[in-house]
Formats: sequence, structure tokens, C-alpha cells
Amino acid sequence: MMPERLPSIAIALVLAAMVAPAHAETIVITMENLVISPADASARIGDTIEWINKDVFAHTATAKNGDFDVTLPPNKSATSVLTKAGAVDYYCRFHPNMKATLKVAP
Amino acid sequence: MFTRRSAAIAAAILLSSPALLQGASAADKPTDPQIAHIAYTAGVIDINAAKQAKKKAQNKDVKAFAEDMLRDHEAVNKQALALVKKLNVTPEDNDTSKALSKQASDKLTELDKLDGAAFDKAYVANEVAYHKAVNGALETQLIPSANNAELKSLLQTGLKIFQGHQQHAEHVAAELK
Repeated sequence: MMPERLPSIAIALVLAAMVAPAHAETIVITMENLVISPADASARIGDTIEWINKDVFAHTATAKNGDFDVTLPPNKSATSVLTKAGAVDYYCRFHPNMKATLKVAP
Repeated sequence: MFTRRSAAIAAAILLSSPALLQGASAADKPTDPQIAHIAYTAGVIDINAAKQAKKKAQNKDVKAFAEDMLRDHEAVNKQALALVKKLNVTPEDNDTSKALSKQASDKLTELDKLDGAAFDKAYVANEVAYHKAVNGALETQLIPSANNAELKSLLQTGLKIFQGHQQHAEHVAAELK
């Protein structure tokens, strides 16, 4: 029984690899002490951004062009999947001094 | 000495006069329980101002600014309360706190008489002046006087966020003109 099963598992794994976007990564962007880091992040379409707020203050990651607007309560994190290419300037609506850029490659 | 020194801090915070701050010598600095009380009181004052603005403000940027003040100052004061509890420190009322509260309640009464655009303008102008004064006091008096490292660190976080508030208020004030 066991040897017969192996090829089907192998096929399943190959299919899974094909369905998942190639090289999709998770990029961590942290907000701490009212600073966004990295201030310049690069990613590709299909990647996930993990936003981590380490402050006791609420923050947002708000794209100037309206592409995204993520609200981050104190000491909470959130994720968003990138679906659009381009360089996006974003800031915190609550603390407009907090600014950064996210470059999304196609 | 204490009365004179705390009166000097209060006057400095209220009038934002650096000359008065320099008048206080390094020897007669406030204690940690007094600093905690002053910092907490300064936060409560801005929270009350924000609550009034939430009700009275007309301009959407002014309303949003008031929401920001409420959210951040409540967060700082929550941290301050957690810290004094952890350190087993009882914040000590003092002449600076009393003078600040008195001045703030006068300001609330004054602003309450204004409406619409006049209120918006006066509220934001006061927020600029108030944050400027509090930041000055934090920088030159409260932070250097704090003994406890955690208290000092919280005051430094406060200074950083309040400097942002001051710039934000200045920006909103410029937009109102």
C-alpha cells in the first residue's frame, strides 16, 4: 500500500507548488517609537506585508494613492497581500510625521 | 523654594517663556511623584480640551485632530498609571499641577463661548501653544529632573509624540487660514 501512495503525494506537492504564487514572501514592516521601519521596503505582487505595531499608540498605514488603509491598534499586527505594482507613499493618519515608501514590483 | 520653583514651571508651561524656566535652578527640581502628577495632569487637560472640540468643532481636520489627541493622550496616561502602580509611587499634587488645571479650566470656559470657525481656530491655536509649552517643560525641566529610568523613558516617549502633535497642530492651523 505505502509505495503506491507515494507518487500521488508527489503529484499533490507539485500541484500545490504550482498553485501557490512563486516565491511569495512575507515582508515585515514595524512601527515602533513612532517610526516606520524599514522606511523603504521592496516587495512583489503576491507578497504579504505583515504590519507590526509595537507602540502603545494606534497607528495606520495609509497609502497616499488610496491603495490601502490598514488600521493597527496598540501592540497589534495585521497582514495585507499586495495585488498592485508601483511605488506607494504611505503614512499614519494619526501621526502624519510617520511616512514611508513601499515599492511593489510586478 | 518649592512654591517658587513649581510656580516657575507652571508659569513656563502656561506662558511658554524660556526665561522663566531658566530661572529655576537645578538644585530645586521636582521629585518623581510630582513629575508624574504634572505629566498626568497635562495629559488630562488635553483630553478635556479634545472632548470639548469633538462636540464643538466644525472643520473635519480639526475634528480628526481632536480624535488623535484623545487617543494618544489617553494611551500615554494609561501607561503613566500602569507605571506609577508598578513603581508603587503615589503621584503628588503640587502647585504646578494646580496652576495648570486652573489655567486649563479658564481656557475651556473661554473656548466654550466660541462657535464654528472661531472655535476651530482658537482651539487649534491653543493646541499649538499648549504642546509647545509642555514640550519645553518636558525637555528642560521634567525629563532632566526625573530620577527613575522608566519614568524618564515614558516622559521621553511623551515628548516625541507631543512634538508630533505640535507639528500636526501647526499644520492644521496653517490650513485653517
